[in-house]
Amino acid sequence: MANLKSGLMIETKDLTKRFNGLVAVDHVSFNVKRGEIFGLLGPNGAGKTTTIRMLSTLTRPTEGSATVGGYDIVKDENKVRKLIGLVSEKIIMYDRLTAKENLWFFGKLYDVPKDVLNKRIDELLGLVQLGSWKGSQVGTFSSGMRQRMNVIRALLNMPEVLLLDEPTLGLDPQSSVEVREFVKKINSENKTTIILTTHMMVEADMLCDRIAIIDHGKIVALDTSRNLKKLVSGADTTILELEIANPTTDMVSSIHSLECVSSVSHDDATHIRVHANGNDAFDTIIDAIRAEKGKISSVRNLEPALEDVFLHITGHEVRDNADRKIPMRGHGPFRARRRVR
Amino acid sequence: MGVKSLISDSLIVTWKDLMELFRNKMGLIMLVLMPIFMMSLAGFIFPSSTSISHVSVALVNEDEGYGNYTSASEILIAALEEMNNRTDMMTITNASSLDEVREMIQGGEVDGGIMIASNFTSSLVTGKQGIITVVTDESNPQMSMVLQIALKEVFEQIGTWVAEQNVRGLSEVVDESNSLAIVKPYSVQTEGAVAGEFSYFDFMAPGLMAMTVMMSVMTGLPAAISHEREVGTLDGMMVAPINRLAIILGKTLAQTARGLLQGILILILAVVLFGVTIHGNVLLIFALLLLGVFSFVGLGVVITSFAKDQETAMMVMMTLMFPMMFLSGVFFPIQQMPWYMQGISKVLPLTYLATALRKVMVSGAWVSMITTELAVMIGFGVVMTTIAMPVFKRAMTR
Repeated sequence: MANLKSGLMIETKDLTKRFNGLVAVDHVSFNVKRGEIFGLLGPNGAGKTTTIRMLSTLTRPTEGSATVGGYDIVKDENKVRKLIGLVSEKIIMYDRLTAKENLWFFGKLYDVPKDVLNKRIDELLGLVQLGSWKGSQVGTFSSGMRQRMNVIRALLNMPEVLLLDEPTLGLDPQSSVEVREFVKKINSENKTTIILTTHMMVEADMLCDRIAIIDHGKIVALDTSRNLKKLVSGADTTILELEIANPTTDMVSSIHSLECVSSVSHDDATHIRVHANGNDAFDTIIDAIRAEKGKISSVRNLEPALEDVFLHITGHEVRDNADRKIPMRGHGPFRARRRVR
Repeated sequence: MGVKSLISDSLIVTWKDLMELFRNKMGLIMLVLMPIFMMSLAGFIFPSSTSISHVSVALVNEDEGYGNYTSASEILIAALEEMNNRTDMMTITNASSLDEVREMIQGGEVDGGIMIASNFTSSLVTGKQGIITVVTDESNPQMSMVLQIALKEVFEQIGTWVAEQNVRGLSEVVDESNSLAIVKPYSVQTEGAVAGEFSYFDFMAPGLMAMTVMMSVMTGLPAAISHEREVGTLDGMMVAPINRLAIILGKTLAQTARGLLQGILILILAVVLFGVTIHGNVLLIFALLLLGVFSFVGLGVVITSFAKDQETAMMVMMTLMFPMMFLSGVFFPIQQMPWYMQGISKVLPLTYLATALRKVMVSGAWVSMITTELAVMIGFGVVMTTIAMPVFKRAMTR
């Protein structure tokens, strides 16, 4: 049971992790209330996973401290372990064991009594519609099924805190929705406190009560999703995605030189994305393109997404950052899809 | 509470590892095939001079004879052929000169050659030694050695026989009954400490068992842990409220079961297929194997802690295992190695396990006769385990 003096399930103070001089997590401090869903949002390599690993006692902090359920993650690691469930980025399942055997094994590690465990395994499998797959080896499962197994594995000990590291990574849209709904359900039914990492604004938006945007190991913003977006839209920002049939460098530089424009970027040869401020930014930009005899094929006015909040706060793009840090990950197709207004 | 949950948690991990092992059909087949291959290969290929047959040899007879004496080489060749008919050791082809023999060896047509010198008869008649040259193929040292030894023995026997004939002609008192004793006064007979016939398998089976156990602990353990670390399942165990020791203990138990299974398989194969007789106590053999596991496990864990992924772990293991295999007297006796290698061999725990097993299996030794080996293995195990535990704990919370 948690040992809370305040209503805070998780408290971190200047949590820092260095690997051979490289700072992965840099003096991160935040609090998570009991029953809250808290999101850590940021590009790959920002330090989200390391933070989760420290909170789940898998990695020791180099500096700073943190408590989970009132217990120190270094001094009382075994008490912390009893309270938490971890859904790791990698699937924690043995392919050669059946669904039931896997859950039985991990349940036994938490010392769950035999009859309780058997009942709980059936319940959990039923909850994610895998009841009929009980006796099949996990190696034969689809990635969506495996991820659902991965999530219920973390629930075997009825944790008070659930740590989810990119729970929808690599899943098709439908499986992603299922996992998200399941997470929401766990939170509302059991009052489970949840920390979730993601690089998708949509996901953080849907699930999280509060979001911490993390970049280069530092928390750069922490607020509700609505307030974070206000940071961008409240500042009168217009984000345009323009398709121009005959773009020229002169045209781009003339847009760039406009007073209201804060940044111009190329998505590809014909697509240009422009961030601008002010009420008449839209007209000014269109006029500038017309003046250069540009043929505008389409214009889209974009709602601020992670990229934009990110750009607004950090001054650089998520993509540059992600690609530089982990070039091989290939999350391209799953990266935040902007909704079009 | 502490010890009880440690043991029960370990057993859960062992159960899981063994389930995985038994579900892996291909792995199981390999588990059984590996010792069979090792036994057959090492046992049948290892060279022994008595077993060679049909070695092709070129024969050059340059003997010119001496006056009206019959050429002595004819008698020699007749004796050689008569002996060869009995043993089928060689396939003899005739050649005209030493140079031709060399060419034939270089061309790979024959494995060796015999040349009888031109003054062979004249030397014998005039009271000198007749010279026979054996030409061997240096590019194949194994065969070269075997051929040398075999032919030397053959000519020695023929020589003795000729000498017997000669001394009989020298004196009245010498006849068939005592001529051999005059020419060769000593006869050597060998007898083992334990009655019965011994083959190379008797020597090898204990060593092979020792090696299999070592391999399963030293490669199996690091491979299993680093594999789980790579795929991420290790986190599932690390995040559970169990002692880290339980993870190693459980995995070691599973690997031990695997190693023992292979060990027993080798034992059965050795007895059933290769005619090995066990002279010692079977329970003592198992006890020794278990002690072997204990002495290797620390080293295995240390390597696991340092190797970040499976590939590195395997490479470190291979580098350590090959010298161990050859320097521990598993396949070749330690005594035939140069002194510095014998020195290395003396610090390897496998040497002691193999020696102890061999003493027990072949010569029926009891505990009191293998105290040195036992002491070394226990000592090595204690030291390595003491080093391994803190190293592993540190490595796991990186």
